[in-house]
Amino acid sequence: MPLAKSVFAAIAAASMSLGAAFAADPDPKSWDASTAAAKGQTVYFNAWGGDTGINDYIAWAGGEVEKRYGVKVVHVKLTDTADAVSRVLAEKTAGTNEGGSVDLIWINGANFASMKGKGLLLGNTWAESLPNFKGTDADHNPSVRNDFTVPVEGQEAPWGKAQLVFAYDTEKLKDPPKSMPALLTWAKANPGRFTYPLPPDFTGTTFLKQALLELAADRSPLNGPVDKADFAKVTAPLWAFLDELHPALWHGGKTFPANYPDMRHLLGDNEIGVTFAFNPSDASAGIAKGELPKTVRTYVLDRGTIGNVHFVAIPFNAKAKAGAMVLANFLLSPEAQARKADPKVWGDPSVLAVGALSAEDRARFDALELGIATLKPAELGAPVPEPHPSWVDALVKEWQKRYAGK
Amino acid sequence: MRVGAKMNTVSPFAKLAPGLAISVLAGPVIIGLLFVLLPAFGYLPALGGTSFSLDPWRRLIAEPGVWRGAGISLAAGLVTGTVSLAITGLFLAGFHGSRAFEAMRRLVSPLLAVPHAAAALGLAFLIAPSGLFFRALARVGLGSGRPPDLLTVHDTWGLAMMAGLIVKEAPFLLLMSLAALPQIEAPARMVVARTLGYRPATAWLKTVAPALYPLIRLPVLAVIAYSSSVVDVGVILGPTNPPPLSVAVLRWQSDPDLSARFLAAAGALLQLAVTALALGLWLLGERLAARTARARMESGGRGLHERWILLLGGIGMALVAALAALGFVCLTIWSFAVSWRFPELWPQTLTFANWTHVLPMSLGPLATTLEIGLASTAVSFAIAIAALEHELATGRPAGAWAMRLLYLPLVVPPVAFLFGLAVAAESVGLTPGALPVALGHIVFVLPYIYLSLSEPHRRLDPRWGRIAATLGASPGRTFLAIRLPLLLGPCLTAIALGFAVSVGQYLTTQLLGAGRVDTLTIEAVALASGGERKIIGVWALVQTLLPAAGFGLAMGIPRVLWRHRRAMLDAQ
Repeated sequence: MPLAKSVFAAIAAASMSLGAAFAADPDPKSWDASTAAAKGQTVYFNAWGGDTGINDYIAWAGGEVEKRYGVKVVHVKLTDTADAVSRVLAEKTAGTNEGGSVDLIWINGANFASMKGKGLLLGNTWAESLPNFKGTDADHNPSVRNDFTVPVEGQEAPWGKAQLVFAYDTEKLKDPPKSMPALLTWAKANPGRFTYPLPPDFTGTTFLKQALLELAADRSPLNGPVDKADFAKVTAPLWAFLDELHPALWHGGKTFPANYPDMRHLLGDNEIGVTFAFNPSDASAGIAKGELPKTVRTYVLDRGTIGNVHFVAIPFNAKAKAGAMVLANFLLSPEAQARKADPKVWGDPSVLAVGALSAEDRARFDALELGIATLKPAELGAPVPEPHPSWVDALVKEWQKRYAGK
Repeated sequence: MRVGAKMNTVSPFAKLAPGLAISVLAGPVIIGLLFVLLPAFGYLPALGGTSFSLDPWRRLIAEPGVWRGAGISLAAGLVTGTVSLAITGLFLAGFHGSRAFEAMRRLVSPLLAVPHAAAALGLAFLIAPSGLFFRALARVGLGSGRPPDLLTVHDTWGLAMMAGLIVKEAPFLLLMSLAALPQIEAPARMVVARTLGYRPATAWLKTVAPALYPLIRLPVLAVIAYSSSVVDVGVILGPTNPPPLSVAVLRWQSDPDLSARFLAAAGALLQLAVTALALGLWLLGERLAARTARARMESGGRGLHERWILLLGGIGMALVAALAALGFVCLTIWSFAVSWRFPELWPQTLTFANWTHVLPMSLGPLATTLEIGLASTAVSFAIAIAALEHELATGRPAGAWAMRLLYLPLVVPPVAFLFGLAVAAESVGLTPGALPVALGHIVFVLPYIYLSLSEPHRRLDPRWGRIAATLGASPGRTFLAIRLPLLLGPCLTAIALGFAVSVGQYLTTQLLGAGRVDTLTIEAVALASGGERKIIGVWALVQTLLPAAGFGLAMGIPRVLWRHRRAMLDAQ
């Protein structure tokens, strides 16, 4: 393919000449200089756009940042974060090493591991230099420095927290199953009343990981890369569990809901009896929006549930790096974090170490009404850490091999 | 001499138009395919693929459910094409000239105006286990008070997806037939056949259908290609595990593991092969059908199961209209609902809150959709009509080879070439934004406009133009004063259709706009992934509004303009 080769040679040459003319990245350590550079910039914030509450919150944050720092924010509403990953990749392929179309991206887990691994992120530990990063008390709060066990190294700034919680209607179900074996027993006694989102949806894969963490004889191999472990042996209890569970699932396990909002509707319509979400206040929000009956309550499993932190990152070729840092810093402020934690707004738990904040900032969080179905932090318990991100892909592949097209 | 010279004069734009049309349409497809072909064989330096290999294909073959997904895509193409064509043909045969026919003629444009995604969402809200249909059953006492554990939407065989496609494609073929019918003098054919004693439906099938089919053949092929590679309807109604091939390809393209791009590229080429196979099987079927039909046609049978034709055509088209209309009703109710849970037949309270929440946010996307739609439609229409006029002036209809290139974007699955096109656009320094999106839309809008316009244009009696030229009118004046007014109806229909195609574009807008170009369809599909049904209802309706207005204008303008010239209306 001489033509193809020459096309790519031309692209490579173009990207090299662009590299020479690289603009200096803003230095996050001199914060005043960064805010000055940010003024007048437009930040294209690439974030999942499937929830109106989240979209409205991002619109609010954008308005505040424009008012206070003169930085305009455009929310690029994604159906899948990987769309933005592929866009940055396409730009790298085409040699666009500066002036890229993505300035800030809402990310964690496998997407982060992938972008970090391919050198697609801004890597000058900018996140740790953000003035508001102090509030996370990172030295005592390691979850903001590890994303699914992958070291963050300042390449992304923490934004919010998630923990798996289960929900059920107290009118329809007295005693919800609080462990994986109990779930199996209950599902077999009530066929068609349980399901989980189709992997690779992140809530669906979280269910697989939750089941694996609970059923595995030894959890320690899950903390390292999957290729260092005996995959078949570690995961055998999971497949045995699913083989038994699937015939008792909603629609006999022939189809699966797309994501957790889909499952919320299934619970609202009484198609299923138990659902779960990665946001502790999702059920309260569902009640407030009239999607769920007022009698719905939430719980966590007896041995705890998976939790993680989600972040924002700046691609290596972002056009408005300074503006993106200003936005990331604002999103991390006690004011923005408290508003985000309000279930009437979004209900996403804060990454700040609230106990270590000033009395004035603590009061913002104390004033929040968490909602009728939301568990208190103490009731949520300590989250179970995520396995290494490489497990997601391996679990999904094996799941598809076993259950796709059957 | 002077007259003759004038007749051969063509404006420079018209002279360029055929070449322009072909390069605008075929160029992007070929470039996009090239940039997919390379990674499909392992070459994509940005991802470390610096040598050619067959690894992506090995991975594809090992991918679970890939053959089943490909089979569903193939079946979706053939079943949708066959059923849509059968419903259209039987309905026309059984009901031409009747009151039901006139009703359907009026209904077909609104049906066509509903974007695929909106129609699919409406159907899903209707037939899901917790949807309106099973709520009605529960109300009359058939049911357990709980939604049935029945696989309706997302069924394993893709039947719901095919139904969703047929609801859109049968009206499309009907509209294409209605546009073509006046060109084949159907009434005269019918008079001859009826005089010879043939019953009405039989007469239509034996004398009108064979002349009509060649005129709607390309639309039929486009329906098959589209159905075998559809993404948005597949996501909303199709099987999930495994999904249709096109949906799987899109998933691989957005896999966080970037090496799945190679797999996606190979999958895109497999999609190309599946669509080609569907079209090939159809062409084969055409030959077999022609051979069988010929014998029957010449057999002299006067009544060919008249009652069955009426029954099947009537039920088929009525089902299409009813499913579309009821789905639309579901979307509308949802858009005003506060809380509407199973088994409530009607929401407890109605509100404007969903609308007042969404409408202010929709103004920006509405304006963007309008701009891109109008720009791409205007450019496409200008190129199409200029190319057609050029053909007429030079007396050289586009060759078969050129025609095939022209329809390339309709028969090549978009998932197969759009990702490659995005990479190519980037590499020539075309920044993602409204401009590349509008250019990308032209690739899909132009063929539809050309498709819808070419037959009426070619069948327009050339003697009108000759008479005008004899009277000394310049070619430009002949075109503007004689030919264009005579073609007003088909032109406006073509423009409305092109605009609707632009409004409904999802993949093109997403990939070439780098997600920054926020249209109504982008918003609606983004929200569909979150599943908030009342908000989806509002967006789907807003998304429908624009094309509906376009078709409304296309129908209304000739009536207003020709209100004192009834013969002009009848001419169309």
